[in-house]
Amino acid sequence: MDNIEIMEKEFSSQEYLDMDLLRFTTAGSVDDGKSTLIGRLLHDTKSIFEDQLEAVEDASRKMGDHHVNLALLTDGLRAEREQGITIDVAYRYFATPKRKFIIADTPGHIQYTRNMVTGASTANLAIVLIDARNGVVEQTCRHSFIASLLQIKHLVLCINKMDLVDYDEEVYNRIKADFEDFSSKLEIQDIRYIPISALKGDNVVDKSENMPWYNGPTLLFTLENVHISSDYNFVDPRFPVQKVIRPQSDEYHDFRGYAGKIEGGIFKPGDEVLALPSGFTTRVRSIETMNGPLDEAFPPQNIVMTLEDEIDISRGDMIVKPNNQPNIGQDIELMICWLNEKPLLLGGKYAIRHTTKDARCIIKEVLYKVNINNLHKIEDDLSIGLNEIGRIRIRTTQPFFYDSYKKNRGTGSIILIDEATNETVGAGMII
Amino acid sequence: MSKYKLSHLDQLENEAIFVMREVVAQFERPALLFSGGKDSIVMVRLAQKAFWPAKIPFPLVHIDTGHNFEETLEYRDKLVQELGVDLIVGSVQESIDQGKAVEEKGPNASRNVLQTITLLDTIEKYKFDALFGGGRRDEEKARAKERFFSHRDEFGQWDPKNQRPELWNLFNGRKHIGEHFRIFPLSNWTEMDVWQYIAREKIPIPSIYYAHEREVFMRDGVYLAYSPYITLRDNEKIERKVVRFRTIGDMTCTGAVLSNASKIEDIILEVAAARETERGSRADDKRSDAAMEDRKKEGYF
Repeated sequence: MDNIEIMEKEFSSQEYLDMDLLRFTTAGSVDDGKSTLIGRLLHDTKSIFEDQLEAVEDASRKMGDHHVNLALLTDGLRAEREQGITIDVAYRYFATPKRKFIIADTPGHIQYTRNMVTGASTANLAIVLIDARNGVVEQTCRHSFIASLLQIKHLVLCINKMDLVDYDEEVYNRIKADFEDFSSKLEIQDIRYIPISALKGDNVVDKSENMPWYNGPTLLFTLENVHISSDYNFVDPRFPVQKVIRPQSDEYHDFRGYAGKIEGGIFKPGDEVLALPSGFTTRVRSIETMNGPLDEAFPPQNIVMTLEDEIDISRGDMIVKPNNQPNIGQDIELMICWLNEKPLLLGGKYAIRHTTKDARCIIKEVLYKVNINNLHKIEDDLSIGLNEIGRIRIRTTQPFFYDSYKKNRGTGSIILIDEATNETVGAGMII
Repeated sequence: MSKYKLSHLDQLENEAIFVMREVVAQFERPALLFSGGKDSIVMVRLAQKAFWPAKIPFPLVHIDTGHNFEETLEYRDKLVQELGVDLIVGSVQESIDQGKAVEEKGPNASRNVLQTITLLDTIEKYKFDALFGGGRRDEEKARAKERFFSHRDEFGQWDPKNQRPELWNLFNGRKHIGEHFRIFPLSNWTEMDVWQYIAREKIPIPSIYYAHEREVFMRDGVYLAYSPYITLRDNEKIERKVVRFRTIGDMTCTGAVLSNASKIEDIILEVAAARETERGSRADDKRSDAAMEDRKKEGYF
């Protein structure tokens, strides 16, 4: 096959339309070579364009680099280039015939942990990079813990810079054993280890000839094949109402539909449903989209639902099933990751956002803080500052309909907003 | 469980619909920035889907440099009529006439930068508090750092080093009076996704995306359309070529590519084979390495 034929196969056939999507984060310490790894993935999957490469070559020369600094592909902001560091989450895209990938490239600096949490919040998989010369360090533990806390289901530990330790199997085995020791405290079931050199390309896209002792798959093969379709909750039906659709046109005179995203379970026309907080029950009349009605709706579909009876439902309400209800209450315990320079204020009041619901809350109690390097509880210092994580109890102004974050990311997560600055200051995972 | 799986295009579509509905729920006066380009055309389709069977509940805003491809304007006017939505045009020429903007001089003069002035003026005049843009993170490295909900201060400025963290799908659109948000529902789409979506949904696009014969001239390695708004340099001469446009913007700085692509499938193949980004043919981005970041900080699209 010539190139055109291959491309026709890749992009014009049903295959492209059937491709699925994997979102992953990359984390590592400042010099673990994270940006180099991403540059390598983009480069070796031919996702970098010539003008981008030229621009990077140009910029590398200006910075006095002797080789093309692939990190400059992702470090897009002026300040990042000047300082040679990554400040903000950068999103990058590439595709292979099997999958489309979204990378949330998050900075490794300690002061930017909030970016890691941000990137991790929507990821299916996390890559944590270790410098083979340094082994498991504090940041490795911190990043892995955050991935675990955010309920990322798959963790790939890349032991990088193997070229600098003579591709030594012993080094790899020692680091793997060290991490296995630590990871028993994590909640991640699926952990994989891959020895790589991002700079030289070993085991990233192509299998390394320098490490014949490693029989596992390359990083790209792993990313292409990891099983992610069960990452959503298909069991517990949850439909937070985002917006009421009332066309008020002649054609759809009496149409009243509830728009939103299915956050859990499966809804079908005819299903008996319960509206919260009113408690009224009715049945699903139809599930509508512009392309026609659906036989069923599942996460993460965004649909319009119509009901058999006209009952009072508005934004922030939730449609569930009578035999499977979420928790309902105003006193909620959660793990909070603090994202702002101004520390969490015990007794303070914040705006809170949960699914499509806005309310206010008061911080009632800080139960403990977590040392994110070793996961120990800290009970003698309960101040929670920027990039710190703790367990807190809040009381909300109105009842929330929620699940534990472990059960459902969508109905188990909240953000706190400073009412004076409007900044997003906390990310919470309900226990 | 494969029955309950969405393809990546479906996932992107759903994500964009969620964002659009969220904006209409959270803001009072949203509007959609419409350039007539493929991204804004896809946005209009997504907006139709998000609010169906109701009409799109916000106007389209076109920031008009006065240097338009005629085909774009025809397309725009027809679309607006079909949708039954309002069209608001912010005119760069008017900003110049009012002395708010000053025309650039010389053969490389472009009204690209001036658009920012007109855009911010239009936002102020109509008191828009959220503007949908078709920007994608794969387009450009400064855009790679964009949020879905991107905050702008009372001067319309973007502060890339101090953005609100965006977690899960909990979007924080709270703001003070005079501030606004730029909203990017296509953040996670790539150029290929946009074309595949146009093909899948059978969305009509302006004819200049397809190959046609046109008077062009070469400047800095890029073919530009010849038009009355262009001052040719001594060494530049007009040629007739079969070309098409990969992006649609101001006529004076949107590069054409040599192409015979006459249907959407041809375009997709071309995009797949391309070795340059679509913005590689945009003279406005070639001004400096951080041209986009600098323009965005001031309030550009």
